Amino acid sequence: MTVRARLAVAALAATPVIVLAVFFVYPVAGMVGRGLYPDGSLDLGGVLSVLGRPRVHRVLWFTVWSAGLATALAVVLGVPAAFVLHRLRFPGVGVVRTLVVLPFVLPTVVVGVAFRHLIAPSGPLGALHLDGTAAAIVAALVFFNVSVVVRTVGAFWEGLDPRAEEAAATLGASPLRVFATVTLPGLLPGIASAASVVFLFCSTAFGVVLTMGGLRYANVETEIYLLTTQELDLRAAAALSILQLVVIVILLGLSARTRRAPAPGRAAAIARRPRRRDTALLLWTAAVVVFLLTPLASLVLASVHTDDGWGLGHYRALQTTGQGNALLVPVTEALWTSLRIAAGAAALALVLGCLVSYLVSRRWRTRMGRRLSRVFDGAFMLPLGVSAVTLGFGFLITLDHPPVDLRTSPLLIPIAQAMVALPLVVRTVAPVLESVDERQREAAASLGAGPLRVLLAVDLPVALPALVAATGFAFAVSLGEFGATSFLARDDHPTLPVVIFRLISHPGEANFAMAMAASVVLAGATSVVMLLVERLRVGSVGAF
Amino acid sequence: MRTHLIAAATALALGSALGLAGCGSDAGSSKGSTDSKTVTIATHDSWAMSKEVMAEFKKETGITVKIQPHGDAGELTNKLVLTKGHPLADGVFGIDNTFASRAVDEGVLARYDAKQPGSAAQFALDGDSGCYLTPIDFGDVCVNIDDTWFAKKKLAPPATFDDLADPAYKNLFVAPGATSSSPGLAFLVATIGAKGDGWKDYWHKLVDNGLKIDAGWEDAYTVDFTAGGGNGDRPIVVSYSSSPPFTVPKGADKPTTSALLDTCFRQVEYAGVLKGADNPKGAQEFIDFMLSHDFQAALPDNMYVYPVDASVALPDGWKTWAPTSPDPVEVSPADITAHRSDWLRDWRDITSR
Repeated sequence: MTVRARLAVAALAATPVIVLAVFFVYPVAGMVGRGLYPDGSLDLGGVLSVLGRPRVHRVLWFTVWSAGLATALAVVLGVPAAFVLHRLRFPGVGVVRTLVVLPFVLPTVVVGVAFRHLIAPSGPLGALHLDGTAAAIVAALVFFNVSVVVRTVGAFWEGLDPRAEEAAATLGASPLRVFATVTLPGLLPGIASAASVVFLFCSTAFGVVLTMGGLRYANVETEIYLLTTQELDLRAAAALSILQLVVIVILLGLSARTRRAPAPGRAAAIARRPRRRDTALLLWTAAVVVFLLTPLASLVLASVHTDDGWGLGHYRALQTTGQGNALLVPVTEALWTSLRIAAGAAALALVLGCLVSYLVSRRWRTRMGRRLSRVFDGAFMLPLGVSAVTLGFGFLITLDHPPVDLRTSPLLIPIAQAMVALPLVVRTVAPVLESVDERQREAAASLGAGPLRVLLAVDLPVALPALVAATGFAFAVSLGEFGATSFLARDDHPTLPVVIFRLISHPGEANFAMAMAASVVLAGATSVVMLLVERLRVGSVGAF
Repeated sequence: MRTHLIAAATALALGSALGLAGCGSDAGSSKGSTDSKTVTIATHDSWAMSKEVMAEFKKETGITVKIQPHGDAGELTNKLVLTKGHPLADGVFGIDNTFASRAVDEGVLARYDAKQPGSAAQFALDGDSGCYLTPIDFGDVCVNIDDTWFAKKKLAPPATFDDLADPAYKNLFVAPGATSSSPGLAFLVATIGAKGDGWKDYWHKLVDNGLKIDAGWEDAYTVDFTAGGGNGDRPIVVSYSSSPPFTVPKGADKPTTSALLDTCFRQVEYAGVLKGADNPKGAQEFIDFMLSHDFQAALPDNMYVYPVDASVALPDGWKTWAPTSPDPVEVSPADITAHRSDWLRDWRDITSR
């Protein structure tokens, strides 16, 4: 590489690195530092002693087994559904694919309450006695993460060459044998990658565990929240945060090792019509879809159930500030704020995501280059797994003096949300850029095109659908983001999820019903965005 | 317990001596880095006030108020502690008596000697602490029961703490958690105040009697309580003495629930000026405004709490259906701050598995 090319790469890398350093590494380090240096001197013994507390052991054990079980279930439920939704062609498959991804982008508080209404002893599923049990928490974790398995494994499945399977079948292998000896080995990297990311999400789940677990069950994430916000035990919070970071780095390493770029673009060609022997798989998928839709349906029902029967009264109430002025602004205004913030966050995530994707998708010739590229890629995945409480409080204590006193700046929320959406953008765009044949670029360059021209003429046309899809996905994720947003200093412009949480926390049946109506509006807005994204047919959206 | 009593007595004596001397206020000169025409008030998520009342303040002083919600009272206090020296706001409203000592001890507040109505004196913090935090409102956290449910089942409703552990009421009680909810913490403190050293045994009995613990008040009241709108199946819940008026059915004039006034802990909410604020003068003026008649009168309807100014009339339903406890359980803020971590750790060990 020439010196000039090196400088260009460094310049491209600088922007996302600076943003990550200022808005992620610095705040998290600041917060952890407060715990490590309680009186200005390093207290490592104190931190280690935290890890010896019996309660911490219980919390760690629960985190590991609940996340492990939820991951296993998500894989078992998701893999057959991935086949049906990504390898079969039938009317409405696009809509079903959108429905499946919806839970992933819904705010956790909303889903938590919807779930509890369903399984509370008086609810439709009350007879199952799930309320307040670990089983309910695991079910909710599965609900959120099945989509990750479906999308990731589905994208892989679309990229698998069907000719190997056809050859095995021609040679007389039974469908089961074909699956076990040809398909499954090909899918394993995809399943492993999905499983490690799902485990990451489950072990850092916050809102779900807090609302579903009562207080009998706590995982590392809710424990950090309680230690920080209620007990101000920063040393213990720091110890758990560091532990969390170590585990995340290991998981991301595992996921990166197993991840291979699925080849996009050939999907439509290999999808076939369902046959009779697909019946079991179709039924399985239908059951998964019912499982995902039931909480959403109970949400819709609650929102149209008024005092005098069924109606849209609660939706009309969204223009007000609720019973007893529960809100500072009407819900409609909050929706507008949310859309504005989401647009900003998506734009920022797109710009940064493009830079990161471009750099990690290059084919680096030196071993050093490849290693740096992997570390670079992994660094931008970290925000997925770090406690939102640690990040949010970190913002408050580190970004408080010039040159960056951003604590009450309206920019802070879009920036925080962009950090959350960035990994998803990179995971959507990078595989597509990786799939561009290097020889095409070389051909363009040898015909006299400069680097920018190559980018515009070769990479952009291929990556454009992925870019649009990634923007839409980032927009949807930002619309539903609750954790980081709720911990940041907020002025009088709350986002929709924050408003929904406020409504749920205020007494009055009218407020609760309004929260349900607002949740349906949020879910609706998210679905519209995801439906549009789905039309672009980019396999890697929502895949890891 | 004896040492606590002595400490409390000393504090009381000291307090009255200081009280006579008066508080004085820290210099209220604006640093001038921001304009003094806006004041930012950090508060908890339960803040609510009508536009008309807030407009009055703007009209009287020319100052615009920016409200900044920061989670519950605990999260609010801890954020203030963490941002000490570079405060997020000018003033704070909503630190309650369970967190007051932490806020004062950590030195996040500036002194302010507000002119208070006579009836506010009973809510003042002891000693020098009273010079930093001004009482604005109070509310009683009490066990609530669904009277209709008990009438229907022909079961005599419970009345005391001991009743709640009675097998006759097995699996009927739901409470928000003490570590994650401020009414939950208030209820725990109430049991500690009532049971003294025997509180752990009492909680073991509650858990054995099928007590359900939710993360937040909203979960307990709206999902699990039989009369909270969510068709729950537990007719006993930890809530507020002001909750019953909200359960008057349409067309009726009597609520279906009531509060057990022997199980109450009094939460007092305070306001203060933050040390190092850009606009301390504005924060002082807003504290004065919160003690004014119009703001005090609007408190019940907006935040479901009682004004500290006893001369302010309560809304109609409140007089009849939301009486405050004549004899709430008392635990001093200093005691709470000193023991909170231990209490919560013990409580978690008893209630979680």
